[in-house]
Amino acid sequence: MIWMTWRQFRPAAITAGAALIALAAAVAATRPTLLSLYTSAGLPACHTGCATDANNFLGSVQSSYTGKIFYAGIGIMYLVPAAIGLFWGAPLIARELDSGTFRLAWSQSVTRARWATVKLVLIGGATMLTSGLMSLLIGWWSGPLYQAANQAGPNILSISRLSSKLFSTTGIVPLGYAAFAFALGAAAGLLLRRTLPAMAVTLAVFVAIQVLVPLLVRPHLIPPVQTTRAVSAVQIGPATLEADGSYRFGLLGISGQPGAWILGNRLVSAAGQTLTRLPSACTGLGPPGSALSSCLARHGIKIAVSYQPASRYWELQSAETSMYLLLAAGLGGLCYWAVRRRQRAA
Amino acid sequence: MTTSAVTACGLGKRYGRHWALSDCTLSIPAGHVVGLVGPNGAGKSTFIGLMTGMLGPTTGSIEVLGGPAPNSLAQLARIGYVAQGTPVYGGLSVADHLRFGAHTNPGWDAALAAQRIQDLGLDLRQKAGKLSGGQQAQLALTLGLAKRPELLILDEPIASLDPLARHEFLQSLMAAIAERELSIIMSSHLIGDLEQVCDYLVVLAGSRVVLDGPVDELLACHHLVTGRRRDATSLPPGVQVITQSHTDRQSTFLVRSTAPIIDATLAADPVDLEQLVLAYMGGAARTSPALEAQR
Repeated sequence: MIWMTWRQFRPAAITAGAALIALAAAVAATRPTLLSLYTSAGLPACHTGCATDANNFLGSVQSSYTGKIFYAGIGIMYLVPAAIGLFWGAPLIARELDSGTFRLAWSQSVTRARWATVKLVLIGGATMLTSGLMSLLIGWWSGPLYQAANQAGPNILSISRLSSKLFSTTGIVPLGYAAFAFALGAAAGLLLRRTLPAMAVTLAVFVAIQVLVPLLVRPHLIPPVQTTRAVSAVQIGPATLEADGSYRFGLLGISGQPGAWILGNRLVSAAGQTLTRLPSACTGLGPPGSALSSCLARHGIKIAVSYQPASRYWELQSAETSMYLLLAAGLGGLCYWAVRRRQRAA
Repeated sequence: MTTSAVTACGLGKRYGRHWALSDCTLSIPAGHVVGLVGPNGAGKSTFIGLMTGMLGPTTGSIEVLGGPAPNSLAQLARIGYVAQGTPVYGGLSVADHLRFGAHTNPGWDAALAAQRIQDLGLDLRQKAGKLSGGQQAQLALTLGLAKRPELLILDEPIASLDPLARHEFLQSLMAAIAERELSIIMSSHLIGDLEQVCDYLVVLAGSRVVLDGPVDELLACHHLVTGRRRDATSLPPGVQVITQSHTDRQSTFLVRSTAPIIDATLAADPVDLEQLVLAYMGGAARTSPALEAQR
């Protein structure tokens, strides 16, 4: 069964291998340019107070073609798990059910339990290997960027490994995403019995999960840090005035916490009560800036922030990866159970 | 020594409210070429699904070669199955299919497989998807035979083939049986095909088994009786009427009787397999265009 699984997977393996080689070549060819920008910004020699140099570096990356490559890398890491779910997961069982070849496979001297196990484990392993290697290559290429972004604080490229847009494209999470997408595709194929509908369902569910997890799940994988800071100790970004007159700041950063993922903030009075409106003395001071900050400080108003510090990057990575691997294992187990159960029922 | 290929007891399979097969009790001895015949929707594929372990029964039980329907390695190795539509992997070559068989069957007979592919004139490098329907069926049969099963089950293997491919398929099946002791159960809605090869018959109609037994015995105890127009009750005792038809002057009965029919006013003729099967399918045969009596 191992031979057959490999034989059926061979064209996909060749595609994945070619994609990896192409990616490695692109990474190797363009990284020197990135490194020369890093060097010419003076970052290798900089040890403290490097924010300006780092911002200069990020600016030069943005204005050169390396910026586009950076975004392309993010795009690839979004696409790869989805593509794996669509093209490796969904047809895995659906194509056999669709074409009737499952009857050929199941009438050889191989139990269905083994048939399902070998397929799920081998191809599932290949999905993790592929996405893991891609993440490693792209992560290696982007290394100097993330390092500079950490030194720069709020930066021109809005890079932070913890940001909801980038987190799932870096580190080990892509591996969990790919395993999950694969198992999702396999399960959808088993339930729907046809490849194309299985692909459609896989895509829809996977995209929904990719959107919902950063919003609803990831912030709470580890309880966020709650802190109350002086207004001057945070970098206030754009603010919004809601229709009901309440006021919300978009925080760009917290002093001493570069690269933190800020989840929420609210104004609190000196007495510790939450304020939804600015005190009347501080309205009409224009866009958020030092005038507003010092006015708020004069009234004893502080800002309560909940955030995930950048130091929790790997903790959050392993928590989210474990979550996806568990989901993938659950879906894989469902496939295994359903294939075995077909012995007893239609 | 197993003496029974398939034994079913009160076997039934229900899909929702519809019984695809019900109350099936029979014992098919080993060492026969069994024809499983009935119109489309009579339950042939369901019965075969239950025999091959692709389906589980709703009621009753089934034994194949004295053991459960295949769910263990030992049983899987003893039972070959060529599924309906003779599925093959379109993207894989003929050689890949043989390797697949070799890798997944402990009793794989590589020499037999290679010889058959050579005799069929198939190119080992050819993708199975590019083969003709007849060649795909032959490839599926090769996989079924080369695993060296004790029982080979074929579900409408030739239904979609042209007459020449159909003939060739049955020829090679017969040749395989001649070489080695092998029980075969083959379903078809074409009575003519079964007539050429089967020595045992199971007729399904309306999701029930309506007739089963060795072909020669079945033919010996059924007669086509004609005579002056009369009522069925006026036939000799011990005669079971299966079908009857009447014109103004003449009556024709297809009857089952173990004793010879001795009646001066009646002419008793032997029946052929097609007449017999059609008679047992009764109303189903006359209303269903699916039952083609082809030769």
